[in-house]
Amino acid sequence: MGHYAVTAENIGKRYRLGEREPYKTLRDTIMRAAGAPFRALRSRAHRSGPDTFWALKDISFEVVPGEVVGFVGRNGAGKSTLLKVLSRITDPTTGHAEIRGRVGSLLEVGTGFHPELTGRENIFLNGAILGMRKQEIQKKFDEIVAFSEIERFLDTPVKRYSSGMYVRLAFAVAAHLEPEILLVDEVLSVGDAAFQKKCFGKMGEVAGEGRTVFFVSHNMAAVQYLCTRGFLIDQGQVVATGTPKETVEKYLRLISAQDLHATRDLAALPRPSNKQAVFSDGMLNGQPLVGNHVVSPGDDLAFELEIDLKESRPRSVLGITLEDDLGIGVIGLNSRLQQGRRDFAPGRHRIGSRLANLPLVPGRYYLSLFFGSSGERMDILDRIASIDVVKTDVYGTGEMPGRGQGYYLADAEWTFEEAGKR
Amino acid sequence: MGPVEHTLPNDAPVTRIAPHRGWFDLRIRDLWMYRDLLYFLTWRDVKVRYKQTALGAVWAVLQPFLMMVVFSVFFKRMLHVPSDGFPYPIFAYVALLPWTVFAQSVSQASKSLVAGSNLVKKVYFPRLFMPLGSVLAMLVDFFLGGLVYVGLMLYYHIIPHWTALLLPAFLLLAFCTALGVSLWLSALNVQYRDVQHTVPFLIQIWLFMTPVIYPTSLLGRYKFLMALNPMTGVVEGFRWGLLGAGRAPGAIIFVSVASSLIILVTGLLYFRHMESTFADTI
Repeated sequence: MGHYAVTAENIGKRYRLGEREPYKTLRDTIMRAAGAPFRALRSRAHRSGPDTFWALKDISFEVVPGEVVGFVGRNGAGKSTLLKVLSRITDPTTGHAEIRGRVGSLLEVGTGFHPELTGRENIFLNGAILGMRKQEIQKKFDEIVAFSEIERFLDTPVKRYSSGMYVRLAFAVAAHLEPEILLVDEVLSVGDAAFQKKCFGKMGEVAGEGRTVFFVSHNMAAVQYLCTRGFLIDQGQVVATGTPKETVEKYLRLISAQDLHATRDLAALPRPSNKQAVFSDGMLNGQPLVGNHVVSPGDDLAFELEIDLKESRPRSVLGITLEDDLGIGVIGLNSRLQQGRRDFAPGRHRIGSRLANLPLVPGRYYLSLFFGSSGERMDILDRIASIDVVKTDVYGTGEMPGRGQGYYLADAEWTFEEAGKR
Repeated sequence: MGPVEHTLPNDAPVTRIAPHRGWFDLRIRDLWMYRDLLYFLTWRDVKVRYKQTALGAVWAVLQPFLMMVVFSVFFKRMLHVPSDGFPYPIFAYVALLPWTVFAQSVSQASKSLVAGSNLVKKVYFPRLFMPLGSVLAMLVDFFLGGLVYVGLMLYYHIIPHWTALLLPAFLLLAFCTALGVSLWLSALNVQYRDVQHTVPFLIQIWLFMTPVIYPTSLLGRYKFLMALNPMTGVVEGFRWGLLGAGRAPGAIIFVSVASSLIILVTGLLYFRHMESTFADTI
């Protein structure tokens, strides 16, 4: 099986539930040891509740060089754990994997950047952390600097950088890592749109050079665009594999099936593991935001959102997006566009947003929210509500528009004249 | 659209991922592959340590120097602690030189993993380099502190003894001890944050258990028991090496080297064994 880049057999990862606590103190361990006899009795009494869970179960696959594999799945499905196992950050509990070639993993942008060091110094430090040799970094130094567009600030400590500059520099270093196998986790959700585009370009380039890429993302468009194969992961297992398009469709069917029982409590919803809860409450047209909504074309969408901030958040933006069942973005509302960036003090804030005269063709749309601050996405709530735009007689002709007309309702005036008889 | 077949060079490294088993797998090849990172981590610790301080690297010299002044006032002037016939300041400084480096290394290195928890959770590299880098970075302080010693020698007209040539060996002993202790404490700190609160206290007690303030001759027949503390051997070696004080400390050194090696080897095994769980527990 010499021609595989990566093979995995029955990979499993078990966590003790205690391990998810931030940390243990010696006292806890002593108390637990002291309480052990009682606990043993108790656990015999309640055999139903084991305190372990499997984050990954029986994951097996084979990937040949040059494949770009996309992993999709719900939050907490195990995608990130799988990448952590493959990048050797944590050991599997069962099974084994073999990786042929140098591995570069990019689970976060700018890991190991030191705020006191200059841009130049951080390029070397970060490069070495990602696994580059010193000579290699020296050789690519100019390219990295050019890609990051921070030439003028090369000798400034990165703590004085804007967050945009920081992210650009960090991605530039990572992008010039040249491993045979690249593991990427959701890192493309940072930076502004122009830079994201540049990053996508770079990713495509990497794949084009015949290197193997493992890509975890919630961005379905990116998965379809970049990947050659898709894996759908749910509850720690591979539940489907196929072309990216098939996999994305299965994923979207999976998450549409999850019952969004109506609630306005946004704080309790699951988030991507690296996000914190900012949104605490939400209503749409007077109904709890989470759940299904039925509206007609031309209706208004009135949002009342509440955010709960533990710290002050400067230069922040709120976004509300609607996408179709294939994950293609249809409408993106962004508070920056109409109101500019805002500085928020700690505490709770109520935010209203009104989209007048919904211009969408009948169909089902999914709603997501995000909150960003200083260029970083702090909170993301993916597809927490569905909106059914029902067929109505928009034009008063008895004829109803549908998907055949695309996404947007366009009103056109038609004129018909006779231009000569036959 | 089938994936294009690409071939890998035959010498492509193969990484095997499997559950961690056993206590004696030190994965030396891995350490070698990442050697440049050790350099950069050490360099980072040196660079960052005195950033945004007014005195900068002067701190490296000031710490043992001020300790020497304080000790001279309290222990010599007020308590009349003997100093084997040498001026007390230089007698104390010779011991403070390795001691300060040891104490600083241990307090920095024991925090290294938790302070870099972001790295531990997001990238793979041999975690050993984090405490090792912290300890190596402290060697720079040692050499700066050595400059003060040269000044003291000139001031007290002390001519270096030939035994000074053996100093690197005693420095190595101090280094191994600091590394061994740091490996234990940094790995324990991942699981039990109590370590963080214990270390300053531990170092204070350790200082009194080590003949920094007083000469070994004061210990009498408990000398060899005290030599189980490897820093006793280090201090003894430094005094003998730099001042030519007393006879060559043969048996003490032997006991200290043995005990230092035990700490280092067990520390290494414990650290490597726990390493694979750091990302889950930190």
